[in-house]
Amino acid sequence: MKFILVLITVLFNFSLLCGTEKTIDQNTIHKNLRCLVCQGQSIADSNSDFAQTVKLVIKDLIKEGKTEEEIYSFMADKYGEWIVFKPQLNQHNFLLWFLPYLALILGGVIIFLIIKRKRNL
Amino acid sequence: MQRIIKIIVPAIILFIMGVFFISLNKDVNYRTNSLIGKKIPNISLEYFNENKFYQKDIFKKSNYTLINFWASWCAPCRAEHPFLIKLSKEKNLKLLGINFKDKKKQAKIFLDNFGNPYDFLAKDEQGKHSIIFGTYGIPESILVNKNLIILKKFVGPLSTNDFNSIIEIIN
Repeated sequence: MKFILVLITVLFNFSLLCGTEKTIDQNTIHKNLRCLVCQGQSIADSNSDFAQTVKLVIKDLIKEGKTEEEIYSFMADKYGEWIVFKPQLNQHNFLLWFLPYLALILGGVIIFLIIKRKRNL
Repeated sequence: MQRIIKIIVPAIILFIMGVFFISLNKDVNYRTNSLIGKKIPNISLEYFNENKFYQKDIFKKSNYTLINFWASWCAPCRAEHPFLIKLSKEKNLKLLGINFKDKKKQAKIFLDNFGNPYDFLAKDEQGKHSIIFGTYGIPESILVNKNLIILKKFVGPLSTNDFNSIIEIIN
């Protein structure tokens, strides 16, 4: 009995996982796109004419079978990287992506050196 | 060790200040450079008066085409209209007017009152084409050459400088 219950749960979760892979959440896309005619609002937050039209275009792109990434690159192609809240890694913004890691490593090295020095004293 | 910290801390502060200085002085809104030099997308624009569609080939009818997004309810469109009338007299240039989210009757009255400068007149009832052309709102104009390459984009109503710039490019 227990085995059957576990099997049903696994199968149910698996089907849910498969299902979520295929569906695209329009609202997630709206939240990840900047409203270019508003002050610090996303497409999801804004009721501007621009935001409403972008929502219609996104709906069409989803109907055409475009993936979330394809929709972001379509919008970035028209309006530049600024429209996407999470920009793609490129030569202009690589520092933005790697600087936190560098700072973390550098901080770690400094802490290590301080501790090592204190122990030697 | 203290020497290193004395160097690193001011360096980090300077770096952060530099990033803020550059970023805050950068005008990121209404940038048009992502479209310049690119080919115009595949389009299918509905005629203003008929149930037919304009395709990309209309841009090959002249050396240059100015795509103008306009509406009767848009006050800045009225301000730029005299420039469009002047541009319509240029032999090297065709004007494609895209009537944006407008009522047909009002749009007709607008053109009757102020003159019709357009060689081709299309409509974009839902505004979806404006996104495909990368516009922010109206009025906006896009200068395209025969090879379907976007040469320049004008955000907002055409000014005297914009008019002169178009004349310079097409001649």
